[in-house]
Amino acid sequence: MTTAPRDGVIANDGHGRRFVIAFIVLSVIATPLVAIFVGPLFPPGNGSAQAHEQVFDNTWLVAIMTPPAVFVVVFLLYALVSFRSRSAAVVDGPPIRGDARIQAVWMAATGIIVLFLAGFGSYELVQSGSGGGQGPNPAFTPAGASKAMDVQVIAQQWEFTYRYPSYGGVEVPHLVLPANTLIRLHVTSLDAIHSFWAYQLGVKADANPGVDNVAYVQTKGPMTFDIHCAELCGLWHGYMFDTGQVVDASRFASWIKQQRTYFGPVVKYLPKYSTIYLPDPQRRAG
Amino acid sequence: MTAFRRLIGFNLLTAVVLGIGGWYLGWFIGHQITGKSLDFFGEIDQNDISIFLGYFMGVIAFLLGLGFGVYPWARMRGYPPSLREKETAGIGRYFTLCTDHKVVGIQYLWGIGLFFFVGGLNAMFIRAELLSPTNHIFPPGQYLTLVGMHGTMMMGMMTSGILGPFANYVVPLMIGARRMAFPRIEALTFWLLMAAGTILVTTILFGGFPTGWTGYEPLNDQANGGMDAYIAFFALVGISMTLLGLNLMATIITMRAPGLTWSRLPIFCWGVVSTAILMVLAAPVLVAVLSMAMLDRTGQTSFFIASAGGSPYLYENLFWIFGHPEVYILALPGFGIVLELLPVFSRKPLWGYRLAVAGLMGVTLLSWLVWQHHLFVSGINSDLRPFYMLSTELISIPTGFTFLCGLMTIWRGQLRFTVPMLFCLAWFFNFLIGGLSGVFLSDTPSDVTTHGSFFSMAHFHYTIMGGLVFTFFAAIYYWVPKMFGVELNELLGKIHFWLMFIAFNSTFGPLFAVGFLGQPRRVVSYPSHLQFLNDWVSVSAFVLGFSMLIFLANLVYCLVFARVPAPANPWASLSLEFQLPSPVPVHNFERVPVFTGDPYGYGEAAPPVGVPAPSPAGGMS
Repeated sequence: MTTAPRDGVIANDGHGRRFVIAFIVLSVIATPLVAIFVGPLFPPGNGSAQAHEQVFDNTWLVAIMTPPAVFVVVFLLYALVSFRSRSAAVVDGPPIRGDARIQAVWMAATGIIVLFLAGFGSYELVQSGSGGGQGPNPAFTPAGASKAMDVQVIAQQWEFTYRYPSYGGVEVPHLVLPANTLIRLHVTSLDAIHSFWAYQLGVKADANPGVDNVAYVQTKGPMTFDIHCAELCGLWHGYMFDTGQVVDASRFASWIKQQRTYFGPVVKYLPKYSTIYLPDPQRRAG
Repeated sequence: MTAFRRLIGFNLLTAVVLGIGGWYLGWFIGHQITGKSLDFFGEIDQNDISIFLGYFMGVIAFLLGLGFGVYPWARMRGYPPSLREKETAGIGRYFTLCTDHKVVGIQYLWGIGLFFFVGGLNAMFIRAELLSPTNHIFPPGQYLTLVGMHGTMMMGMMTSGILGPFANYVVPLMIGARRMAFPRIEALTFWLLMAAGTILVTTILFGGFPTGWTGYEPLNDQANGGMDAYIAFFALVGISMTLLGLNLMATIITMRAPGLTWSRLPIFCWGVVSTAILMVLAAPVLVAVLSMAMLDRTGQTSFFIASAGGSPYLYENLFWIFGHPEVYILALPGFGIVLELLPVFSRKPLWGYRLAVAGLMGVTLLSWLVWQHHLFVSGINSDLRPFYMLSTELISIPTGFTFLCGLMTIWRGQLRFTVPMLFCLAWFFNFLIGGLSGVFLSDTPSDVTTHGSFFSMAHFHYTIMGGLVFTFFAAIYYWVPKMFGVELNELLGKIHFWLMFIAFNSTFGPLFAVGFLGQPRRVVSYPSHLQFLNDWVSVSAFVLGFSMLIFLANLVYCLVFARVPAPANPWASLSLEFQLPSPVPVHNFERVPVFTGDPYGYGEAAPPVGVPAPSPAGGMS
């Protein structure tokens, strides 16, 4: 460690103490304010259990980040005002080459913050599966995952379609989900890589050709949500969006019955329901 | 007559003529090889083999035209070895193969600057398109090409943005060497980069490419001929980066003057070493993965084609094994510049030298362990996510070392707010926001929303533009008076800084909100309720672009018209390069200097660093 003897003369002029007091006071004031007023503004809202977890997660993250941000900004402002050179000639400052104590405190502080962030994030991830795509064998599943309802999302250039395997494998052009249900989304693609992003539900899962990417979402009350493709997938990527709905169980039952009447006759022309659909290799992608 | 004779030697003109000829030769051969078999598939109207052969033969012919074949040919015929080429040939040496590291540095500055402005212009077009969600200036294909060209140009060319101009120019001067370890390879890296940049621009002749800078498969495989330009560009950039890194590493390891121990090495050189390590180890992976993509496109292999047994994940993994070190290749030279310049303008020694080195090396090491955070929602290895979350967040510890050393260097200093100092101070603010926003992206649950949205785009612009481009300008304002012996106008410099700093934050700050509100990246259309924010960002981006024009005006005015001679040491720096006269003599040092300390002895009654050796030091010519 680079150490130089602490210079008794300059160590006691109060700059360090003033800065530390300002930092502590401002952090103590700012952190709860940020957590209380900024935290709830974070996306993606309260549309699902996963979305709610993400807002909670984001609130914690921004609260933890407030003291470091205050530290750097206050430090810069204090230093730039207090230590600007007041003479026209070039004057040298004190030759301080380091301080082992400050370094140790800094390392300990950043280390603790980082380990806490990682631990907190991992805990949140394990709790709910976080709404992210986890591939064919999800490691982090929410409670009751074995009874989840399966819905397949099929991405292709440039639209999403949806299959309901528990309702005869019917394939429909718009996504409707029952309220207060744990849904297991199977996201796959027929051509390029897409990404299924149901914004208000807090779900994002890449759609890869030949891969069954599973994401869990626990819906809440009836609502409308936006669906975007979040991975560049070619020419009309910018127009690959859709609107989905969460509806009451009774409305969902009547809706799916109606859909089976409309689209049921064509199911026999579709490929048999499968977690992946590989295109003909002769035609390459697209 | 002599002027005419000069035109037909080995120079840029010859190289361009031969390069175009080589392109057509490759194109012709490609059609001879593949014409019939391609006719068999009537619907295919492009010949990727021809395009690739054209590019590669064009590059070889271009390099031969510059004179890269002369020396090997002479050695093969038995002539004695010679290290130097065209080091004292007037203005012409800037347009040919030159082995003087100072000439190469200045070539890099203009060359990189040119492509930086091309990339910036693309950004202006992108923002113009996003002024309205429904009224389109460009068709979606052209828009994606602009997005891809902007990203690829910036990520490809700006890897050498600081190492090219400034490390090449300054490192030998800082370490008391007379040249780089491999002067010809040094020139080769520059001219390869120029050939690559030109190739990327030619993508518009083949229909552009739709993949953005990441070039994900299988979109890469289905894209039209413009994709070949992307692959050829990035592969050549990869080769150039590898060689540049090797050269700088070899130079710093083997060519330090007597007394310049590792613990006295200027911190900028440590930044260069750490970047060079990443370049040498990461860039070959890029060349490999793009070679595989090239074979998929030309040789009908299926490394990445799922339906034929390949895997797009293979591409994503290999690309990001390169791609994550790549972003530190962009950021680390910036750390080096900030830590190098702060002592000069704070008039204090660098605080915590060893901690700063540990920070740079820690980032270098950790950057290898984090790449799957780009794939948090892609569906691979969900059980490894806590590990990648931890490793990503661990990087903030060594980055924090850099922050601590920089901040404590300012503390109690005698701060002078020159233009380079302002750019360095802005780095703290920008990188703070970039780093803190990165926490949202590294945290897997939070990343589900921010991934692939404008939030991540704002994040990496804060770290790369705020971290690299700001320090790039700091380096320009700091070293150009030494490189050209001409002063830059300080008032214009300060206007440039403030306009750029404010417009930069006004451009990328709101993009965090745009991303949080649900706008995915690289879209040509977006929800209408986001139009106000997008318009705000676009207008700010135009102001940002305008600030670059102020810089350009400053540069041209001062270098071409005003030409106020700069003093040899305008910043009263103790660094060795400022102890040399301006312009720096061709072979830098009359006698190899001997170091007695590090160049940060501000306020200390130490003898000056780098006193000339009493007698010529052996073996250092």
